[in-house]
Amino acid sequence: MSKGVAITGMGIISAIGNNVEENYQALINGEKGITRVSKIQTIHKDAIMVGEIDFTNQEFEQQLGLSEDNNYSRTALLGVVAAKEAVKHAGITDINDCKTGLISATSVGGMDMTETYYYDYLTNEATQKYIDGHHAGDSTQKIAEQLGIEESLVTTISTACSSAANAIMMGARLIKSGQLDRVIVGGADCLSKFTINGFKTLMILSDTYNTPFDDNRKGLNLGEAAAFLVLESEAVVKANNREVLAYVKGYGNANDAYHQTASSEHGDGATLAMEKALKVSGLQPTDIDYINAHGTATANNDLSEGRAIIRVFGENVPDFSSTKAFTGHTLAAAGAIEAVYAVLAIQNGVVYPNLNFETQMQEFGITPQLTLKEKTLNTIMSNSFGFGGNCSTVIFSKNA
Amino acid sequence: MASKVFINGVCAISAQRTFDNTSFLEDVELHNDTVIKVVDPIYKEFIPPASARRMAKGIKMGIVASKLALKDAHLENVDAIITGTGLGCVRDSEKFVSTLIDHDEQFLTPTSFIQSTHNTVAGQIALELQCKGYNFTYVHGSNSFESAVLDAKLQLENNEENNILVGGVDELGPHTVKIHKLIEHIKAEPVASDQLLESHTKGAVFSEGGNFFVLSNIQQESSYAEMQAIKMFNTLERSHVKAEALKFLKENNVDHIDAVMLGCNGDVEFDTYYEDLKAAFSDVQQLYYKHLIGEFYTASSFGYWLGANVLKTQSIPDKVKLNSIAQKDINTILIYNQYRGENHSFTLLRKC
Repeated sequence: MSKGVAITGMGIISAIGNNVEENYQALINGEKGITRVSKIQTIHKDAIMVGEIDFTNQEFEQQLGLSEDNNYSRTALLGVVAAKEAVKHAGITDINDCKTGLISATSVGGMDMTETYYYDYLTNEATQKYIDGHHAGDSTQKIAEQLGIEESLVTTISTACSSAANAIMMGARLIKSGQLDRVIVGGADCLSKFTINGFKTLMILSDTYNTPFDDNRKGLNLGEAAAFLVLESEAVVKANNREVLAYVKGYGNANDAYHQTASSEHGDGATLAMEKALKVSGLQPTDIDYINAHGTATANNDLSEGRAIIRVFGENVPDFSSTKAFTGHTLAAAGAIEAVYAVLAIQNGVVYPNLNFETQMQEFGITPQLTLKEKTLNTIMSNSFGFGGNCSTVIFSKNA
Repeated sequence: MASKVFINGVCAISAQRTFDNTSFLEDVELHNDTVIKVVDPIYKEFIPPASARRMAKGIKMGIVASKLALKDAHLENVDAIITGTGLGCVRDSEKFVSTLIDHDEQFLTPTSFIQSTHNTVAGQIALELQCKGYNFTYVHGSNSFESAVLDAKLQLENNEENNILVGGVDELGPHTVKIHKLIEHIKAEPVASDQLLESHTKGAVFSEGGNFFVLSNIQQESSYAEMQAIKMFNTLERSHVKAEALKFLKENNVDHIDAVMLGCNGDVEFDTYYEDLKAAFSDVQQLYYKHLIGEFYTASSFGYWLGANVLKTQSIPDKVKLNSIAQKDINTILIYNQYRGENHSFTLLRKC
């Protein structure tokens, strides 16, 4: 049984709050952040709902004190806000007092600027500063710069909607192997026309509030968000007398190898990911107190994931819920958003309600937790699945 | 104790004829352009034509290079697939964005959106090989491929897996080329391959490629080299390059190297990063390769292919020599790469 990796700080910005505390209050009060889209001009605005963050880019630029000639995408802006909160929360005063790295996740990257200035680049020199901000690694480089991480290990993972879960996984591996003493892990994705239209062509966007695990679910709501965790080695935790919030206890990634975008009928990849994570953590299915499901509210995901959960847990499926009804599906950031929610759940002993559920799914008998439930949580499983058959599970625990 | 990591199979789809693993840069094509394309294998020999038609170039390069690297390693399958890509299948991204703008968000189809997802190549390889194992994609500029290598190395050293397919892949897209010419990341004027380092102009010669490797913790007859160590830096002061290189060697108990491979791409603004290493290692063989295969975010994966072949064949093609040092044995190669002053990496490859 392997020892968990300590989580000592976290930060988040999502449609339900601009920091950890606001997110937690919204979760326990059942306040969802799903609205009509206001910041993006799209012909689909009456046909979709999204999880949008209130601040404009200009407001973020002011908050962060960026100069006018900055070339930050909204992804980078969100990422910096959340990563800074995480570092502050951990009580880190000098980011370079030990070997510190950053692993961020994104799928959108600088696409918001690319789609805005795509043709303008050819004629308007003032917009060309954003060309270099297109590639997915750029937002991560900016987050590193803002945190003061220099001449160190910084990288980006993009495995669609499981990206941030994978960033947590790689971060834990880097701590365990001694490559780093501290690593900031998480992800950021902003809303963009690109993703709105992409998911629209796949016909998996709901025109109303998303309803995870409901028999009449109509699809997902896209959301924008960023969240980061601070992972630290045992030595750093000890040396700084750090309060450990929870541990990354286990993780597993597997590929469904079934279809580019759809999950296999019985969730082969998801099953493998959950089983691997249990194995790494040295835990049994009965040790899991709550599953924060991927639960996007698409017809395909919830069926496949539900079946996979039943394959892994059999008759004893623990409490489970999806928090995507609160935030929308925040794509590459989702795994980090839900990691923060998992840590908060452990700290506060609460299972979040699966909002908007009305009708039991016909294919199986498991029902998500529908109301806020207070109970001691020692171990939480968090699922994140993405295009390309990518399936990830991370297990968080109260004890190492 | 940590297991050693070996390169057991390789395949490079590059702007040279390298994909078939039958010769080692014997007939080098000298380019004279600002953008160069890969020498394509016959994709339909490896992928059913009906699927190949819809596939992005990056996916095709990835699948074929994977299959050939596996064949080279005498393997049917691998335990995990890890790729690096700077921009993913960028032609599909261009197609989706331009259609979105041109037709006011109408008439869009999902294929180009799906193929824009950065992990589409790794996902398609998994589908093709029916590999249900670990599947990651790193997208961090010129450290995309190196991140994949580090991830694989940690898992192999720790005996979590035995054989991992690792690759770097990027494709050219017309709009991307056009806008990178505007900001002088691509050279304004064509330059001949053998004069690249004397161009003294801004920008690089852009290109594409798919370079895949089987990394393993089991040494076998097909093994090319040992992948001894890798270290990455998000930033690195020009004046720190030499000290960090020496520190890297020391950390890995290496007191002598037989060759140093540099990622110089002829960009007058950034090739200066290599100067201190050139001076520090003036008495060892210096190698370079971007004049033959161009620059892209995962171009450095070709450097691994070159290094692996040099160590296995104990020969150095003339066209990749930056200087000429007569030497008998090549046991250790230090690789240094960066792009536009960011995302630097050091790698140590060793004869095995």
